[in-house]
Parts: sequence; structure tokens; C-alpha cells
Amino acid sequence: MGRAISMQALSGAAPAAAIVLRQVSKTFGDFTALSAVNFEIGDNEFFTLLGPSGCGKTTLLRLIAGFEDTTGGTIHLYGEEIGNLPPNKRPVNTVFQNYALFPHMTVWENISFGLQMLGWTRKDIDRRVGEMVLMVKLDQFADRKPSRMSGGQQQRVALARAMAPRPRVLLLDEPLSALDLKLRQEMRTELKRLQRETGITFIFVTHDQGEALSLSDRIAVMSAGEIQQIGPPSDIYEYPANRFVAGFIGETNLIGAKVTAVGKDVLTCELSDGEIVHARSDAPVSEGRAGSISLRPEHLTLSWEKPVGESLRGEILEVTYLGTDMQYRVRLSDRLHLDVRHQNKNNAIVAINPGAPVYISIADNAARFLVR
Amino acid sequence: MPTVSAAFAPLRNWLMAPSWLIVGFFLVLPVLLMLVYSFLTKEFRGGVIWEPTLAAYDQFLFDRGLFGDAPPRLQWAYIQIFFRSITQAAGATFFCLIIGFPTAYFIATRADNAKVVWLFLVTVPYWVNLLIRTVSMKFLIRDNGPLNEGLTALGLIDAPVQLINTNVAVQLGLFYSYLPFMVLPIYAAVERYNFALSEAASDLYAPKWIILRRILIPVVMPGIVAGCILVFVPSLGAFLAPDLLGGAKTFMIGSLIDEQFKGNAGNWPFGAAAAMILLLLVLIVLTLYARSQSRSKV
Ligand SMILES: Nc1ncnc2c1ncn2[C@@H]1O[C@H](COP(=O)(O)OP(=O)(O)OP(=O)(O)O)[C@@H](O)[C@H]1O
Ligand SMILES: [Mg+2]
Repeated sequence: MGRAISMQALSGAAPAAAIVLRQVSKTFGDFTALSAVNFEIGDNEFFTLLGPSGCGKTTLLRLIAGFEDTTGGTIHLYGEEIGNLPPNKRPVNTVFQNYALFPHMTVWENISFGLQMLGWTRKDIDRRVGEMVLMVKLDQFADRKPSRMSGGQQQRVALARAMAPRPRVLLLDEPLSALDLKLRQEMRTELKRLQRETGITFIFVTHDQGEALSLSDRIAVMSAGEIQQIGPPSDIYEYPANRFVAGFIGETNLIGAKVTAVGKDVLTCELSDGEIVHARSDAPVSEGRAGSISLRPEHLTLSWEKPVGESLRGEILEVTYLGTDMQYRVRLSDRLHLDVRHQNKNNAIVAINPGAPVYISIADNAARFLVR
Repeated sequence: MPTVSAAFAPLRNWLMAPSWLIVGFFLVLPVLLMLVYSFLTKEFRGGVIWEPTLAAYDQFLFDRGLFGDAPPRLQWAYIQIFFRSITQAAGATFFCLIIGFPTAYFIATRADNAKVVWLFLVTVPYWVNLLIRTVSMKFLIRDNGPLNEGLTALGLIDAPVQLINTNVAVQLGLFYSYLPFMVLPIYAAVERYNFALSEAASDLYAPKWIILRRILIPVVMPGIVAGCILVFVPSLGAFLAPDLLGGAKTFMIGSLIDEQFKGNAGNWPFGAAAAMILLLLVLIVLTLYARSQSRSKV
């Protein structure tokens, strides 16, 4: 079944996007889990859905896989509408959050299941499963049942099982969330390698921003059933579209501000305590507009003397040791606190007494004005 | 760990005492008693004489003619009763499975509060005594009972269909008696079944009936086997349904044993021997099953 769709797509003129969602929505009773989701995912892309728990990531994957019916909108896979096909007719495979390995089958049987269903010959199945167990380094475990394997091994079985039928698109629902930190980092590298080598389009769900930033070609940040922003990791991080994205990806200081003057590409903003900061905005903004300013802690620098450029005055409240970094909480006024982060180098300011007066300078272009 | 469990070992033995007592008194002791009786001589008005003999087993297995002096031939009558009992029990198990599995699946896939109601409904008939239920079944299916009259009134049949005193009636009785023993263990297994497995199979291009055959049924198999054992074993020894709904032609091993202990006409050692042979049969089946299970669980 997968064949039919892919052949047609290959013979088509323009290379169709791997997946196109138009106005996709999903409601459960009177609860709206997804509203008007639109995006296109390119061929061979590593696309990540990122968002807090309950924002609809799994629901979106389940709509693409076909486990749930859409309430509205269309889903196209390589130019074919697949919204009405049952899951077993869609050439996409899923790596489930809890793996969902067949407990009564060995690793080998688990991986070969999809191939058997597609009617591959015995010989082809054996060759392909052999490849897959080597690829995920489980060749010694081929005859084991999943219950007798570690979490990381099970995860790899799930991956091999889903990749064996050569799906056009692989859906991964937080596949690393059950693993410990060390294993998770290993598997990340592994996933990225597999995706590059196989050229399969990945739709990867996570609520871990580190995972999203390091793996993805593009990220869609979601919140409450809506897409907030789609873009490459650096765009999402450097140019967040709104407060939610700025706060969810990485750490940031969000300060209420009002635009007092609109320059060529710089806005002059007044903070709630009257200080003036220059910021940039991607959206057109007019004078008098209220919003917030996002300042990343690592874009701020502390110094004892007043620096040359723009700076804010405050006093140190708290110093936190974070291993690679030091984090300082600085009080600007009664209501305004800023977090500042310095990398721990040999020449770092060693002892700072709480209460010490300091200046904070803002790196060029680092301040973003956000309307929403 | 070892130190802790060692420290608790004496206590644990004491805590086990009540269960050992119950198992010993109500299970081991009666079986031993039957075993001993089966090797004793019969007393003519019921009861036993304490003289060891193999007569009961001999009577069960061999036919030595009316006066006991003919050369021994295999006693087919009892073996036939045994065989009939096994087929009847297997049939009842089969029908309970065919009806019980979808029922259990249906209940297990309802919403939580609906489940409770359905399970309650399944057990409602069992609030009434088995004897009364079997008798009422007899009234339902007899020649001029509501079933036949209803079908006649509807014009579906011309004359009453004889159900009573047939194998069908016995099947019906056994089915009705033991259906919940099939439904409940399967329900428990399906309830624990992770439906993500079905989704995973469907994601891997499996159509519905393959998911049923290759994923759902194998995974809930322990529940199915438990249900089959719970229906098969009591059906094998049942005597109420065969007695009340079947006739002489549907005589089953349970009735045979039952008769030996009734009134003055009985033969206790013979009944005990038949019971022992039945027990042996059941144990052989269960052992074979247990062995096949442990082998497949590598
Ligand atoms: N079958 C359902 N019936 C009713 N509500 C549902 C159903 N499935 C999901 N929801 C609701 O839809 C919302 C989105 O759920 P979803 O599972 O997609 O979240 P998620 O982003 O995957 O979260 P997590 O990171 O915790 O896995 C949740 O509020 C959830 O309660
Ligand atoms: Mg989820």
C-alpha cells in the first residue's frame, strides 16, 4: 500500500512536501484538543513538535497515524489525502511513547511483523530484519522477549520495528522520555544518525527543549492545541514570536514594557520601573504599544563599573552555582528582578556578596520586544 | 534481603498455618479418604468394609460376565460414559468460549462505571441456586414449555422440537451453569490488555482480524485458558444438568459417581474409584498444559 502512494509521488512533477496539514482540528466532546493546525513538512526533514504536557502533541501524531479521526481539516502525505484511510493503510509508522512492543514475540518477531503484514517474502524479511537488528545493535538479543530487556534496548526494538517497513514518515512520540539522562543523550545521537542515513522524514514529539533544539531541522512550538511558532531551532530561540515561546524555550527574563519611540529598526522601550531599554521586534509595532521584553540571561553581563553601552543598575540578590555556569539574580527595583548567567571560566568573578551594586549590560540586538 | 526474609521466616510459617489447615482439612483429607475407600470392599447397604481389594477398579475396567467367572473383557460401558462426559464438557467449554470471549471483550472495553453494571448483570443469575436454575431451564425447554410454544405460535415450527433428554439440553444446561467462569477470567485479562498493542499492530499494516488472531488472543491467552479450565473441569464432573435435562442416553460420569453414594443401592468403593480415575484424568490434562506453558516461556 505504501508502494502505490510513493510511486505516484515520485512520478509527479513538483516534489511534494512529505506532509501537509491544513486547518486540522480535533475536539473531544466539547473540549478542543487542536484548533486549526497548519504546517508543511519537507521530505527528509527532522521536524519536532514541542510543547508542555497536554498541549495536543500526541493527539496530532495520532491524527497523522490514523488512530483518531480529524474533526476538521485535511492531511496530505506526498500529495495524497490520507485523512480517511485507516492506520494500516497509511505508509507511516509510529514509535510509541511506551514502545507497545508485542510481549509474546521475540525481538526478531516484533521487527518482522510489519514486513509480514506487507506480504514480503520470507527471504526479504530475514534480510531486512537482520539489517535492522544490526542497525540498532541488538543482533545478540534477536531471540529475546521484550520483557527481558532494558528500557534502552526496548526503545531500540521499537525504533527498528517502526523503521523496518521503510515508512515514508516516521512518527516518534517522546521515544526517549523513559530513559535516563546518559542513555537519552546516546540515543539522541543515534536517532540523528539513523535519520540522516535513512533519509526518512521524522516527526518527533517531545517536551524537552534541549532534545528539540539539538535534533531538529525545524521545530513547531505548541501550546493549548495551537501552533505558536514554526522555525529552525536558532530562530525559535533567538527570535521567539511571543511570550510563550520565549519562556518555554530556554530561560528568559520577561519584563513588562511600553514602546515610547519607534526607530528605523530599534524600538525605545520603557520598563515598568522607568528604565529605558532598546529592543527589536519582528512584528510591526507602533508607539505606545504595551508588551514585554525578553532578555536571555546569557546575553547579559555583569560589571562593577558602568560599561560604555546601554546598561541597567541593580544589586545582587542571589548567586547560584550551576556547574558550567554561574547564575546571578539581580534586583533592579522592588518589582523587577533579572537573571544573569556567566559561563564558569577561570577568570570568573569568584566571590560576590549579595547586596553588592552592579551594572548589567545587554548584548547588541539581544533584547526582543514581544507584543503578545 | 536474605537477612530480612530469614528474620521473618518463623512468622511467615505461622501466618501460613490457617491456609495449610484449610487446604489440608477440606482438600487433601477428603481426597485421601476417597483414595482409601476406592481400595476397600463394598458394604451392601452403602458404606465400606475394611478389607483391601482392587475389586472397584476391576469392575470399572473389566467385564467378567454376570457371575464374575467369565474371562475378563474390557468394560466399554463405563469408558463410553467417560468419553461422553469428555465430549460434553469439551462442547460446553467450546460454546462458553465462543459466547464468553466476545462478552468479556465487550464488557472490558466499556467505560469504567458501565463495566461494573455489566459485570453485575453477568453474575445476577448466580444469586439463584444452581438446582433451581437447572429445573427452570427444564421447564423452559420441555415439549410444551414457553420456548416450543413460542416458536410454534410464531409459526417457525409446526410441532414441538424435542430438546429435553437430548445432548443439546445437557449442553445448554452446562453452558448456562458455567458461562461466568469463562467470562470473568477473560474479562480480567482483556481489562489488563494494553490497547496500544492493537494500535501498534494496525500501524504495522495489520487488518483487524489479524490483530485479533496474532496480538489480542495470544496476549490474553492465560485468561482464556483459565476460563476453559474453570468450565471444563466442573462440566466433566457435573451431574445436575445431565440428570435433570438429559436422560439415560446422556448419562455422565458425575451422575455415575453421584449414584454410587445415594441411598442403599450405591457402591462406595466403586464411586470412589470412578472419582479417582476422573481426578487422574484432570490432573493429566492440567500437567500437560502446565508443561507446554513452561516450555513456550523461554
Ligand atoms: N480520548 C480523549 N478524550 C478526551 N480528551 C482527550 C483524549 N485524548 C486526549 N485528550 C485531551 O487532549 C489534550 C491533549 O492531549 P495529548 O495527549 O495530545 O497531550 P500531549 O501534548 O501529548 O501531552 P503529554 O506531553 O503529556 O504527552 C489533553 O488535555 C487531553 O486531556
Ligand atoms: Mg503525549
